[in-house]
Amino acid sequence: MTPSGGFPVAAREAVADSQLRANLRGATHAIRDKRAAAVAEVADWQELREAGRLIKERAMRHLDRHLEALEAAVVAAGGQVHWAGDAAAANRIVGDLVAATGSTEVVKVKSLATDEIGLNEALAARGIDALETDLAELINQLAGDTSSHILVPAIHRNRAEIRELFLRELPDPGELDETPGALAEAARRYLRERFLRAEVAVSGANFGVAETGTVGVVESEGNGRMCTTLPRTLITVMGIEKVLPRLTDLEVMLQLLPRSATAERMNPYTSLWTGVTPGDGPQEFHLVLLDAGRTNALRDEVGRQALHCIRCSACLNVCPVYERTGGHAYGSVYPGPIGAILTPQLADLDQGATLPWASSLCGACYEVCPVKIDIPTVLVHLRGKVIRREAGGGGAEDAAERLSMKAAAAAFATPRRYRLAQRVVLPVLRLLTGVPGLARIVPGPLAAWTSVRELPEPPRETFSDWWRGRS
Amino acid sequence: MRVGLFITCLGDSLFPETGRATVEVLERLGHTVVFPAGQTCCGQMHANSGYEGEALPLVRGFVERFGGEDLDAIVAPSGSCVAMVRHHYPRLAAEAGDAALAADVGALAPRVFELCEFLADELGATDIGAYYPHRVVYHPSCHGLRMLGLGEAPLRLLRGVGGIELRELEEAESCCGFGGTFAVKNVDVSAAMLADKVRAVLDSGAEVCTATDSSCLMHIGGALRRGRTGVRTVHIAEILAAEEAR
Ligand code: SF4
Repeated sequence: MTPSGGFPVAAREAVADSQLRANLRGATHAIRDKRAAAVAEVADWQELREAGRLIKERAMRHLDRHLEALEAAVVAAGGQVHWAGDAAAANRIVGDLVAATGSTEVVKVKSLATDEIGLNEALAARGIDALETDLAELINQLAGDTSSHILVPAIHRNRAEIRELFLRELPDPGELDETPGALAEAARRYLRERFLRAEVAVSGANFGVAETGTVGVVESEGNGRMCTTLPRTLITVMGIEKVLPRLTDLEVMLQLLPRSATAERMNPYTSLWTGVTPGDGPQEFHLVLLDAGRTNALRDEVGRQALHCIRCSACLNVCPVYERTGGHAYGSVYPGPIGAILTPQLADLDQGATLPWASSLCGACYEVCPVKIDIPTVLVHLRGKVIRREAGGGGAEDAAERLSMKAAAAAFATPRRYRLAQRVVLPVLRLLTGVPGLARIVPGPLAAWTSVRELPEPPRETFSDWWRGRS
Repeated sequence: MRVGLFITCLGDSLFPETGRATVEVLERLGHTVVFPAGQTCCGQMHANSGYEGEALPLVRGFVERFGGEDLDAIVAPSGSCVAMVRHHYPRLAAEAGDAALAADVGALAPRVFELCEFLADELGATDIGAYYPHRVVYHPSCHGLRMLGLGEAPLRLLRGVGGIELRELEEAESCCGFGGTFAVKNVDVSAAMLADKVRAVLDSGAEVCTATDSSCLMHIGGALRRGRTGVRTVHIAEILAAEEAR
């Protein structure tokens, strides 16, 4: 994929879908305003953000030590720890663990890490049925659809669409209207039965505390609480970047996360567990530590801050690009601004090569990020990485861009060449603006510009010329 | 004060009236304007597009041309070019491992100001004797708003303009969709963002849309003209320079 393929093409289709745009606009604007109000209540929000940033930065600096401490603490508390270098290894480990219990179905807490590695598909291939229990994840699963938002995976759907889906897919939907209450009740009835008979649950983790071996999941519906307490066996897949050094770090994170994510002062369900407790909750606990590109990202001094992300989704909700395209255009489990910097680093750079350009660099994401990830700077940094890697490669359009960038750099390099370039380019521009419609048939950036905008008419004299004449 | 004018390549080549207005405002306030010869481009387009290697000589050029003059401040009628110098120059110099350049940038960058922040925040001026009897709406460009933290500075200046009727812009802080090469590389998303901005401008009932950046205005203005809306874009420097016809 080249910087001119991928995202722009997918985005074009999304932008043309007016229903999708209306759904997205309504949803992102509502949560945007609520978040701003929830954050405004906290007098020391900026200090809290800085604290969050520092905690994450410190955790990453000694990631190896913290992970070993986490392993030791989990094992000491009666859990087991498995190390997975890549997606395939993680899927194999989880599949083996489920198979060993003799179960052919698992209930799942919403988890981006398991989506990232394609766990559900991998389990299905081994005859294991994985049921998503988060309402929006369930909606997507029933629809055979993928997530388009990291917190509100079905943000691209409206209630009427969901009602139709439930009537079609649920075994016993009953009388169903479009109210959120009725839709949630139908899902609840369906899920409850599965919770009660499930022997195995699979979850992700919002954090794992090295000091104590405590692992935690935060959610809003209580389905996560059911999954992490009812079944006999609990398997948690956690990206290695989720480790926090100390239990007291949660004090900061659990303030930053709910206000940024759902505009709530406190998270509705915060489940924390440390190993196993005899006679209470799961009696078998497995923690699968997932690398899958993370240590690779850690190697990049500028890019590594993407690993600080706590998946609050605030950056998606304020992003003017995400608002128009939705999540699917990003072609990744991680959409929006965070996806644009995480996907190219976790996956192969080529796979997400157009994503660093999926931004106008307006900076709205950086402004809201609770752990102060400088997303615009990372985007620009990754653009450089892609360009340097593609030097000589890419399509014709990339070659043309490279050529014009080099030409512009050469023109700007000395005052003399700069004046010469003005004398060549400005008359051409004058010609193009003088003949109506002419610029629109010149291929490349000019056609793109003039597809929706007029070109500026060049002035009779440049500022430099005027200044020279003045003094 | 001796103020160095950082005209920007776009301002020099396409919008000289904005540069002339900047000179006019600064001189009206009693400052000496110096225009360091040989300035070209700050390198923003290259740096933001992934061509950091090509941007670096332009960083050096800027430092040479402006560092060589005896200036109290350097002022540009562009928030994003100033943000480039203040925020990205230090990073580019550091990444290039050039300690001498980093030191020069460190000495120069804090003295580089966007016009409105220079007038309102540095000089504390709010009324600079401008008269502009038109309905005006102000679009806060992203880099000025978020990277420079311009805040209310441009609006404070506009409120001090005689005869002006300032209108509210709905969702003012939403990006207009320019974003440099974004405007052509992701033209469909850019156009969707632009359409919403244009609608907000038209809904405001203004006859003039202003901003601190010619680049955003070129983009918004291009759409306003394409739509034959009759609404014009005018750089804020030109409004501040405008005086009652005598
Ligand atoms: S990058 Fe920041 S704002 Fe975006 S999801 Fe992650 S933590 Fe939240």
